[in-house]
Amino acid sequence: MEWRDTLHILRSEKEVHILRSDKTCKPTDLRKNQIRSANTMSFSGRLGDRIFPRLTLIFAALLLAILAGIIVILFLDAMPAIKQFGLSFFGSTDWDPVNERFGALPAIYGTLLSSFIGLIIAIPLSIGAAIFLSELAPAWIRSPASFLVELLAAIPSVIIGLWGLFILVPFIRNPVESWLGDKLGFLPLFQGPPFGVGFLAAGIILAIMITPIITAVSRDAMKAVPDTQREAMYALGATRWEMISRAVLPYCRSGLIGAVILGLARALGETMAVTMVIGNSYKLTASLFSPGTTIASKIASEFSEASGEIFIGSLVELALVLFVITLLVNIVARLLVWRLTTVKVEGI
Amino acid sequence: MKKLLEKFAAPLLLVIVMVTGLIACSTSPAQTTSPGSPVSSTSPTSTPAVSSLNGAGATFPNPLYTKWFDEYYKLTGIKINYQAIGSGGGIQQITAGTVDFGASDGIMTPEQQAKAEAAFGPILHIPTTSGAVAVIYNLSGIASGQLRLTGEILAQIYLKKITNWNDSRIKALNPDLNLPDQPIAVVHRSDGSGTTYIFTNYLSKISDEWKNQVGNATSVNWPGDIGAPGNAGVAGQVKQLPGSIGYVELAYARQNNLPWITLQNSSGKFIEPSLSSTTRAAEGIPLPDDMKIMITNSDNPEAYPICGFTWLLVYVNQSDQAKGKALVNMLWWAIHDGQKFTTPLDYAPLSNEAVKKAEAQILSIKYQGQPLINP
Repeated sequence: MEWRDTLHILRSEKEVHILRSDKTCKPTDLRKNQIRSANTMSFSGRLGDRIFPRLTLIFAALLLAILAGIIVILFLDAMPAIKQFGLSFFGSTDWDPVNERFGALPAIYGTLLSSFIGLIIAIPLSIGAAIFLSELAPAWIRSPASFLVELLAAIPSVIIGLWGLFILVPFIRNPVESWLGDKLGFLPLFQGPPFGVGFLAAGIILAIMITPIITAVSRDAMKAVPDTQREAMYALGATRWEMISRAVLPYCRSGLIGAVILGLARALGETMAVTMVIGNSYKLTASLFSPGTTIASKIASEFSEASGEIFIGSLVELALVLFVITLLVNIVARLLVWRLTTVKVEGI
Repeated sequence: MKKLLEKFAAPLLLVIVMVTGLIACSTSPAQTTSPGSPVSSTSPTSTPAVSSLNGAGATFPNPLYTKWFDEYYKLTGIKINYQAIGSGGGIQQITAGTVDFGASDGIMTPEQQAKAEAAFGPILHIPTTSGAVAVIYNLSGIASGQLRLTGEILAQIYLKKITNWNDSRIKALNPDLNLPDQPIAVVHRSDGSGTTYIFTNYLSKISDEWKNQVGNATSVNWPGDIGAPGNAGVAGQVKQLPGSIGYVELAYARQNNLPWITLQNSSGKFIEPSLSSTTRAAEGIPLPDDMKIMITNSDNPEAYPICGFTWLLVYVNQSDQAKGKALVNMLWWAIHDGQKFTTPLDYAPLSNEAVKKAEAQILSIKYQGQPLINP
């Protein structure tokens, strides 16, 4: 019951007993005197109580306003391109600033493909690392190892991009892509000249960047599994692996999915590292060896020199598409991770 | 309900005001200037002495401009702030009037020109230096300058019509060289750039097929293969990838010891990119008064075919007398004394004809109808 409700009740009795600071309690006629607060808080406390809720409301509303403002401005700036191309923007593979014809398909395809490859590589790595860190590692290793994994997330992406360009890409060109081209070249996935830069390099770089996030969140999810589950499994005669795979993992399934989707959200928006290793070619190809483009790398490459309403509008429309995709992915992640925190009542 | 409204009225109002303010301020960025008036009145106060000027634009001449403005500061005490945000950015900023001069490797398009003239009146392209675009490659055993190509073959390579280094057309020009059976990996710029503008301008002049299919701009629809960010990106990519070909500013090729191709110019001679062959490209050819000329495929027999000026963009009618005076003094110094700093930094000095044209342009810069400089 709020203090205001208290005051209301006391008001209706037409007489209020005010507990003063000197601990005396005297009745007072409300009609004559001003209403004083029925509680004993000091003036600044009451002032704080009036200001604080409103102030925090302003802050929260400001954040929402910024989000809404971003969406509105993206829409307005993309209008020339939306009007010009309509829905054909999403099916076209042109990117011709000279004739002002633009299409988003290779960029969207590249974003999804590179993030997907990154996830395929990162999921076993990070879930495995999380299992190790939460279940299997001796106690003295857990903290330092967790710290080191999280340190990987702290490396600026442009540095990882440089490392990728100078160390990873030559390595991928020879031996990775030559070997894959030799042995598995009959698959359209592994055809084409081994440039080194391309979807495979971008996927590997993204995997390196999202592994720390997925590992950290998965590890927290696994730690939240109550020990009763583990003990019960052991009591049934399970081996360690059976305990993990049948008691721990299914229990925190939604948390793991949430972690993976958080990693995906990061991979979709990653700009600098990907721009350096993806090869920046605007074609749709099935091969992982071929260079490609992602939405973020296209915008980063071309925005500073772009001129003309349609050109800039197309870039902003690409940004809008990426924004929508990332927003959806983040919403799904949040919903799934929230499920993690609800208490599951296991009947016995 | 009333209580709820009371409680949230003030903060809600504040938020609504802020959001509308945000939207209103950001949707009309360039409309703060008054179109139609030839002289801007954004800075009516005339300070007796000017201590700084602002400029922005091309990255290609950035090392040179940094040196120039440093030397100029030592000479005159006037600080000139230059931001290398790219030619496109330079054009945008001078059109918006946020800087005193812009810098660009490419000539303003008719639309960009019209927009700038509507804002602040006629605008000049004053050449400051020129540079060459070297075509670099990665082939083992072939020293720099040994490999000869014509412009047509270069266009065919970049159109992905010639795809192997041992193609008969390349072999015919280089009978003594041992060209490997290796696919050509084509490297271009992934970002918009003045270097691309000069390169595609040359290819458009040389090859009708290129002109129709791809065209000439700071950013084009490349037929293939790999795009790298910046001159440094292209240089790095070509260095790493055997069998690749790319284009970079000459300074990058020289500083990274990258082998370049000897190109055939319009007179039939095979010329290597160098500072002297760059200056030649602007000599002996008719230069227009407004200096809006692309000197690619120059008629001069000693010229390297892929060269271009870089310009400073300055309005004819200056609105502030002190700033205008400082600006023209700086420009005059740049095309005369400043030229001695070009060669040590791998930039080509302006030819005599170019200097004369630039002088005439600077003399035409006025404040309230009076020229700001007397020679």
